[in-house]
Amino acid sequence: MTALADHAGRYAAAESHFARARLWLIGLPALLLAYLVYIFFAFEGPALIRDANADNARILVSDMVTHKVHVSRDNRDGSIEVSVEGERKGRYPEGESPAWVSLGETTVIDLGGGHVVTFGPDNATEYAVPGYGTIFAQPSRSRGVDATLPDGPVPDWINASRNRIVADTEAGRFIVTRNRTEVFRYFAGWELFFFTLDSPYHGFGLGALTTAAFGGEAGAIWEEFWTNDMWRHAEVAWALFETILMAFLGTMGAAMIALPLSFLAARGFTPLALVRFFSRRLFDFLRGVDGLIWTIVLSRAFGPGPLTGTLAILLTDTGSFGKLFSEALENVDRRQIEGVRSTGAGAVLRARFGVIPQLLPVLLAQVLYYLESNTRSATVIGAITGGGIGLLLTQAIITQKDWEEVTYYVLLVVLMVFAMDSISGWLRRRLIRG
Amino acid sequence: MTASLTDLHAAYDAQLRTKRLWTATGLLIFVLLLVAGFLTANDRNAGGFLQGIPNVFDFPADVVTEAIARAPELPGLVIRYLPSLAETVNIAAAATLIGAAIAAALAFLVTRGLAPAPWAVAPIRRLLDTLRAVPEIVIALILIFVLGGGPVPAMIAIALHTTGALGKLFSEVAENAPLGAVEGLRSVGASWPQRMLFGVLPQVAPNWLSYALLRFEINIRASAILGFVGAGGIGYDLRNAMSWGQGRFAEAAAIFILLFATIVIVDQIGSAIRERLTKGAAL
Repeated sequence: MTALADHAGRYAAAESHFARARLWLIGLPALLLAYLVYIFFAFEGPALIRDANADNARILVSDMVTHKVHVSRDNRDGSIEVSVEGERKGRYPEGESPAWVSLGETTVIDLGGGHVVTFGPDNATEYAVPGYGTIFAQPSRSRGVDATLPDGPVPDWINASRNRIVADTEAGRFIVTRNRTEVFRYFAGWELFFFTLDSPYHGFGLGALTTAAFGGEAGAIWEEFWTNDMWRHAEVAWALFETILMAFLGTMGAAMIALPLSFLAARGFTPLALVRFFSRRLFDFLRGVDGLIWTIVLSRAFGPGPLTGTLAILLTDTGSFGKLFSEALENVDRRQIEGVRSTGAGAVLRARFGVIPQLLPVLLAQVLYYLESNTRSATVIGAITGGGIGLLLTQAIITQKDWEEVTYYVLLVVLMVFAMDSISGWLRRRLIRG
Repeated sequence: MTASLTDLHAAYDAQLRTKRLWTATGLLIFVLLLVAGFLTANDRNAGGFLQGIPNVFDFPADVVTEAIARAPELPGLVIRYLPSLAETVNIAAAATLIGAAIAAALAFLVTRGLAPAPWAVAPIRRLLDTLRAVPEIVIALILIFVLGGGPVPAMIAIALHTTGALGKLFSEVAENAPLGAVEGLRSVGASWPQRMLFGVLPQVAPNWLSYALLRFEINIRASAILGFVGAGGIGYDLRNAMSWGQGRFAEAAAIFILLFATIVIVDQIGSAIRERLTKGAAL
């Protein structure tokens, strides 16, 4: 009888346990889903999907791997300029041009695939589009842009108004306004990455360069590459170094400050509860204020630059390391300390020979891990405080013009983090096991 | 006998000396590197360390004095910035959720012993490494260009980074899970998703949850920083408050208070829950 009642009781308990588990299994995902739906509307998802700028995305992706060459005529004085990416630094010298542009009284620009643009006298311009016809445009100060299109409906790749005509074709872009006539031709790859146009080595192939290098010009070649005005390799390398420097100094400085302080916060080393309490709150405060606020506060005192970033990392991580080290200190094996004490060693010697050897693997592992993660933080902090590769990166993104430059910096940042990751991993394995 | 003992002693001393010399040289190089580094950083900074040190407390003092002077307004200001704080926390929470969900799915695919397609392990791991390596700010700024400002670019950027970071940690946890339950499920004909869902997930759930919570704490900080560079939330308000300059620092003070309190509270709750999760107690 009792056995039966017991059985029924257990059965009921099991049933309710299952019911609870089922509720969790269905309830939790449902709750999370509801939260994500709320987020979708709170973040104005529908409007975002509607307004997302597909054109910008297209520009971004194509610009990452291509560059354009501008041929532009100033319609006020008739001067023609050929330049890479429209930049002053990428301008062809007066009277020179790439093979597909023939300068003269009438300038003929061959965009390839049968697309030909002609800059005639008196600012008259023609663009022959295969399969469509020829677009005539006559800009003038008084009457805007007079455009004559082939008969038939205006296709959607042409955008013509009184003061402006734009045609986007697979061969390039054609823009006529009152003051300027511009043609863009797109090419794959990053132009002028190694040498700018004014460099004597521009246009050299790998073979020619190697020959020249062995002919005693290696230094000059390196100099030309290193001082490339457009990609500024020297400056970029320095920025990368500055970022790594911020991470290195911040991490190491924080570890060196946090190590002695962590003894104050560890039970078993500091008998005074009050001291422990205050040193722990100090660590909490340093961590809680967060790198962002430290960066802002410090940049008011020290101005922008790598030192500010270094100190911001140093302060935040002193808090993190203090907490981690003091926790590790509370877990050390007391017997080793007793052993050292039995030889008559004082507090400092006990710490040096009884504690540090036990702490070292934890300490090194954490410091190296933070070094790697701080390389990333230093990039972000650099963007705020104005130092290192973070600054170059944000500047390049904010101008929204040279996405190949952005791609270059992103690649460098990723490589830098990979490199720091493998270096710190290698050191960790060597120092901790060896 | 005595001679060999003396020899031994001498050899020991010599070895000790060499070791000490190496340690000292290493330390010296390290210290020199640090000093040279600090000097370089100091040179490159707009204001030097020694000139700046006396001013370190100027700005905090300004903020505090203004906050005290306008103390009656502070509660109102704190309430005014609560919605932005909610946005910042929401960005972090949604990003953590999405990132953790993707990371969980990928973790099964890259864990040795569990992966259904061993050839896919290496490429997916590389993908996770790359996601982890790209700083959030890069993705956020590029997405702001495509999607316009607002919280979504920040959310996607943080979610991608979270995927990379958690994917690695999740798979390390799953690698150590005993395979008995998986074998048992296989023997009754369970499919791969069923084996993962019922054989592995219950074993790793506490540790995964604990890592995800830690990520959430990190992501709140990241979300505030991204706000500062233009992605909305409390970071954006902070930048505006800072640019108004003197006379408006009470706003900055209110934001500092909110941000600090949020980070500390989430840290405390998070570490309490994590303690329970990893020590095996029930929630």
